Amino acid sequence: MTDTLLKMRGVKLEGRSDETWNPIINGVDLTLAKGEVLGLIGESGAGKSTLGLAAMGFTRDGVRISEGSVEFDGIDLLKASAAVKRGLLGKRIAYVAQSAAASFNPAHRLMEQHVEGPTQHGVMSKAESEADGIELYRKLRLPDPESIGFRYPHQVSGGQLQRAMTAMAMSCRPDLIIFDEPTTALDVTTQIEVLASIRDIVEQFNTAAIYITHDLAVVAQMADRIKVLLKGDEVETADTRTMLSAPTQEYTKSLWAVRSFERPLKAPVIASAVPSVSVQNVDAAYGKVPVLHDVSFDMHEGRTVAVVGESGSGKSTTARCITGLLPPTSGQIAFNGEVMPADYRKRSKDQLRQVQMIYQMADTALNPRMSIGEIIARPVQFYMGLTGKQKRARVDKLLDQIELEPSEYYNRLPSELSGGQKQRIGIARALAAEPKFIICDEVTSALDQLVAEGILRLLARLQDTLGLSYMFITHDLATVRAIADEVVVMKDGRVVEAGPKAEMFKPPHHPYTDLLLSSVPEMDPDWLTNLLQERGVDNIGDAAVGKM
Amino acid sequence: MGNVLSIVFQRLALGLLTLLVVSIVIFVAVNMLPGDFAELILGQGATPESVAKIRTDLGLDQSLVSRYFGWLGGMLTGDLGTSFAQLNFQTNLGGGGGVTVGEQIAPRFANTMFLASVTAMIAVPIAVTLGILAALYRNTVFDRAANILTLSSISSPEFFMAYVLILFLAVLNPILPSLSNIYEGMDFSDRLQKTLLPALTLTLVVTAHMMRMTRAAIINLLASPYIEMARLKGMSPMRVIVKHALPNALAPIINVIALNLAYLVTGVVVVEVVFVYPGIGQLFVDSVKIRDIPVVQACCLIFAAAYILLNLTADILSILSNPRLRHPK
Repeated sequence: MTDTLLKMRGVKLEGRSDETWNPIINGVDLTLAKGEVLGLIGESGAGKSTLGLAAMGFTRDGVRISEGSVEFDGIDLLKASAAVKRGLLGKRIAYVAQSAAASFNPAHRLMEQHVEGPTQHGVMSKAESEADGIELYRKLRLPDPESIGFRYPHQVSGGQLQRAMTAMAMSCRPDLIIFDEPTTALDVTTQIEVLASIRDIVEQFNTAAIYITHDLAVVAQMADRIKVLLKGDEVETADTRTMLSAPTQEYTKSLWAVRSFERPLKAPVIASAVPSVSVQNVDAAYGKVPVLHDVSFDMHEGRTVAVVGESGSGKSTTARCITGLLPPTSGQIAFNGEVMPADYRKRSKDQLRQVQMIYQMADTALNPRMSIGEIIARPVQFYMGLTGKQKRARVDKLLDQIELEPSEYYNRLPSELSGGQKQRIGIARALAAEPKFIICDEVTSALDQLVAEGILRLLARLQDTLGLSYMFITHDLATVRAIADEVVVMKDGRVVEAGPKAEMFKPPHHPYTDLLLSSVPEMDPDWLTNLLQERGVDNIGDAAVGKM
Repeated sequence: MGNVLSIVFQRLALGLLTLLVVSIVIFVAVNMLPGDFAELILGQGATPESVAKIRTDLGLDQSLVSRYFGWLGGMLTGDLGTSFAQLNFQTNLGGGGGVTVGEQIAPRFANTMFLASVTAMIAVPIAVTLGILAALYRNTVFDRAANILTLSSISSPEFFMAYVLILFLAVLNPILPSLSNIYEGMDFSDRLQKTLLPALTLTLVVTAHMMRMTRAAIINLLASPYIEMARLKGMSPMRVIVKHALPNALAPIINVIALNLAYLVTGVVVVEVVFVYPGIGQLFVDSVKIRDIPVVQACCLIFAAAYILLNLTADILSILSNPRLRHPK
């Protein structure tokens, strides 16, 4: 390729912690041609974002570029003065951040922020840039392109903000845009709209882009070429299709294989069996705002019920009703046929013991001041009344069950553990109460795919050996495929569809289930193109308008 | 906007309630002061009869509760009562009525407000500008110098700062008068000139708080994603701070400014004494000395009202600085 836009050579980045500099990126080369889209993938902590920012000649506080060169269109960004770099940033190199909600200034209207770049860089007048902004909003299929710019960020939904941010990045018609996980925080149905918009506009203006993500299926839709990073090193780089069909490195292959985990189907539930947990006609409200409407479903022993839906669909609220944290306004919860008091304060210790929870953010769900041993020992003592040696033996057994060596982990603090290990501690704490039923609230969504798979396998094994039932709250349909026996689809506080997994993944579906299923990105690089054709491009725009 | 209005009314009602509670506290506290006006005015040789006579004349023999409601009723109708000291003076000369507390306080209060306004005009812009610059050039020599200067001026006693200023601006370089004996009917520029030295002294006292809060509030935001975004859009450091950080840092800054303004209205006795400035602080201290209860009570109430009003204003401005409240979904 002769038209090289960006050339990074031997870039090493270091981050500071406790007064010492530790390597984040150990010498990565990166070349990008004009108009090319490069996908940058890897687990969290692989240094993707840091490398993406370094491509702009920018480092966050506490990070430095210790070696290497970054050359953008013949300009050495590492040697250029601050003023020269400011002249390039925003004008020729733009950035789209992961969380548009946090990256838009809450004090200014969208359009004010949109025109700032063009006017400050002297590319366009304010009036020209505003007119152009409206045009870009229209191209990105934002609803009300004429007036949406005059809203404040908090008045616009997440998916819309992400598109408005892409428009803002486009405002000076840059040569290069860095997309830093732009759809990670979005629901699948919103993600697809944003992906389609981004891809369109990048193609239309022939903008080069670095697309950073941990989602392989997403990168397959967006990138011409893919570069895989692992712990600061490049694993391999190849053309998207080659990479998907014939990865050469073991690590890449393992990444690709993650989605293959699937539990065998179980025999259907016997109709007369008493469900271990039964949610019966539950309505619930936060204050005066109703959130759940007539929610009913059953969960049986030794089985996993996946509850899926977008954020705000009432999945977690249902869990709160089952645990008694949020007493329903009407309807009831029964365990093994016995109706539970609605409020957890009125339940007996034994009733409380039967329902345990594992949380999404293991980081915040574990007390940072308590050692692993203490964290697990608390429910052992509280529910089981064990003390002294018996207690210690029980904690050791639990640590064994979650595949962590007791002698090594007993005295550690949560901060010394990795994300996956912390989630395992969360599981052990739930098991300590010897429950029959565990609510798993998005337990894998904060984890990388490989680690998440490990957690799913562990949960499956525990279910087989202990006969547990799980209520598995998730928005990720790949996880549903992997672990669920039954599926409950929720939308706007109602159950839209429910049934065995095999039925759910087979048509005909409820239209909403269909939308959810078809919105999950697949590894096929033509998936998005085909899907858009299938739905009709206008249709997607309309769906976006209708949804907001 | 309906949302904001209802918040404002709520705050206003709360402010009034606070004022009522404060009025009770003031009344009880002032009446618990040892000694009373009658004993003080008659001296050691006073006979119990004459003390009782004066007490009856002044209404001091009535119960605390009935005096409180009498006072409160007067306040509500705009009658602050009659100063004990003035009353006696007038009566002895055979005059009637006497000078009301209102008449006595009004010119003093106007003077205090004048001094506070002049100080605010100087101090607030300086403090906010210094704070912005300190945030921009954080951890540089400029930042440290600004911090050391403002901190040392706030740490020195007020009278010391006053005398230092007098030494440099009135004695060594006689630019400004060292006495601020302003009186009614003075023209504005004379008045301003005489007020300048106490105003400068007070500026030195209040700048540090406001400047440091401005600096801290801005620096607090510099790690936010939207500040990083502004930098990545190629905006200059000054623009990042003024346009992107400052609007989001307004609430704490406004609150500290209000607190300092309230201090300017209520707490400047020392500076008034040094410059012989006829403000309300001096009147207050003098009245306490002679147990002139109506004046003391009225001053206290005015101070309390100033505090409540300024904090209320700060609350409302903070709310207005938040676009989420100004423009609900």
